Amino acid sequence: MQSVDALTPNGIGTMLREPSRYNYLPLIDRPKIRWPKNARIAFWVCPNVEFYELDPPDGQGRPIWPRPTPDTLNYSLRDYGNRSGIWRVMEAMEKFGVRASVSLNAAMCDHMPEIVDECVRLNWELFSHGIYNTRLIYGMTEDDVRQVISDSINTIKRHSGRTVAGWLAPALSSTETFFDLLPEFGIKYAIDMTPDDQPIPIKVRHGKLIAIPYSTEINDIRVMGIRGYPADKWTAMIKACFDQLYEEGEENGTVMCVPLHPFVVGQPHRISALHDVLRHVTSHADVWLATAGEISDWYYQNHYDEAVNYQANARAPRK
Amino acid sequence: MTADRLNYPHRRHGLDHDWFRHEPTIQRPRVSWPGGKRIALWITVPVEFFPLDAPAQPFRPLGSLPSVYPDSWNYSSRDYGLRIGIYRIMRVLDEFGVRATAAVNAEIARRYPRIIDEIIARKWELMANGVDMGHVHHGGLGVDDERMLIRNARTSLTEASGTSVNGWHSPGRSHSRNTLQLLAEQGFTYVTDWANDDMPYTVTTSSGELCAMPLTYELSDRHLLVHHNLTVDDYVEQNLRAFDRLDAEATHYSSGRILSLSVTPWILGYPHRIAALRRLVGHIIASASVWSATGMEIVAAFNK
Repeated sequence: MQSVDALTPNGIGTMLREPSRYNYLPLIDRPKIRWPKNARIAFWVCPNVEFYELDPPDGQGRPIWPRPTPDTLNYSLRDYGNRSGIWRVMEAMEKFGVRASVSLNAAMCDHMPEIVDECVRLNWELFSHGIYNTRLIYGMTEDDVRQVISDSINTIKRHSGRTVAGWLAPALSSTETFFDLLPEFGIKYAIDMTPDDQPIPIKVRHGKLIAIPYSTEINDIRVMGIRGYPADKWTAMIKACFDQLYEEGEENGTVMCVPLHPFVVGQPHRISALHDVLRHVTSHADVWLATAGEISDWYYQNHYDEAVNYQANARAPRK
Repeated sequence: MTADRLNYPHRRHGLDHDWFRHEPTIQRPRVSWPGGKRIALWITVPVEFFPLDAPAQPFRPLGSLPSVYPDSWNYSSRDYGLRIGIYRIMRVLDEFGVRATAAVNAEIARRYPRIIDEIIARKWELMANGVDMGHVHHGGLGVDDERMLIRNARTSLTEASGTSVNGWHSPGRSHSRNTLQLLAEQGFTYVTDWANDDMPYTVTTSSGELCAMPLTYELSDRHLLVHHNLTVDDYVEQNLRAFDRLDAEATHYSSGRILSLSVTPWILGYPHRIAALRRLVGHIIASASVWSATGMEIVAAFNK
């Protein structure tokens, strides 16, 4: 058959057609995951605790602010999360006994250490979300990406005493190879790809890496911030998601993440929705309330090797 | 300089092209579905590959990766539909004994043969859906290049499945001026990209005829949930309204109607939405007026 590649205007070989970071493992044919205490679902909550700069550098692959700087409106909307919203989120999490895993811009340790200290007091996990949410990694050399990874985990470690095991690139930016660099710094999991409701092995040059399920589908910023759903519709969406994955988890353990942005869900007209979500989840018996790092550790200890072997024997694509 | 705006070369009765005639739906011959049913339920499932390197020109179809290259995040969100979402949809349709018509990109047959196997095992119909979502059909495409795209799309599916492929759905529902003629030339039976009728009608080209099938755009999950950001409750409600109205019209005109649902693995296949599909299909299939069918089955009954 004649190749259609010639009709791809970008030409061949200038860009990747696919990430090629994981193998195909369909829902209907895969090894089973068992969570601690036979829980059906591992549930984790991911507040993104972020610092957005007033004057970020230009030329980052896309505009950072929707308006010319100083974009005081959008800057202050986000800062609301660090002044007011985060404390409401913390109160809700503490009330329902759920520990969060924080996607943390490391510069928060410099700008607002009080917030990071409170996360530590609550025994929340901290993982790297780069330095600032206004410093994207698009187009960076590998050495520049290495500096971001290293600076972020060293800063968090220095401030909190915690060893960082996870990564989410700032604002979901990416390069073709950043996954390869994460294990060099002891990063064990990334949440930058979500093709699944279970952890999956990620192929890297050296070492091991897995992806833990995260979501933009039920993310507060997408659903309430961008799509404009009222908070009760967001709650309904999350409950439906939980109910489905709880049901499927009886057969094969699932993971559900609720990603949060304190400047979105922490608004006074929305915070009760988070209470509703946590009340619904914690009222179920077979739920493992976990951090991303705990899910990652369990998966490596019990399921990683099996998944890699299973994939190696799975049916290959047609040539 | 504005004189050409006062020149109306196609101002005549009917349409301004020769692909099909203007035929109001309610004036066409009566249609009978098998068993005297009023509504043919036609569920189509787009099975799509969104490449990281899809070109921005001439346009990117709805659902294309929206962020800066390499948008591996959104790639994986679409890929979720192929690992997980499509199998959830299959489970729901299996519960109701409904066979769908899968509109499958050629790249799926190469990358995910398991999906083709599961489609064939369920006796779903396979419809060609172009090469992938990075290869749209458009006016700037040379006729020979487009002929190759169509042939490639169909051959990949027939070789992977061992079945015949008679229906066509363009990525992004986009055509050149040659698309209909090329589809007829290659022996396709029906095309699904035009959104202008509730019922099939005949398309005429220099290479023969095609049946235009009314695959819904307005009521697709893509249009309601992704384009318009509505909730699944709105999605169910609007589709049920269409069902009720079409059912009433079928009675009124003593002629069968088609209810087309378009159900996308990376949209309705997510866990927060799949229960809505069960609710919608369950409600429809519980009606005594419904005949569930594939595209070719509907075309055959229509032509009887």
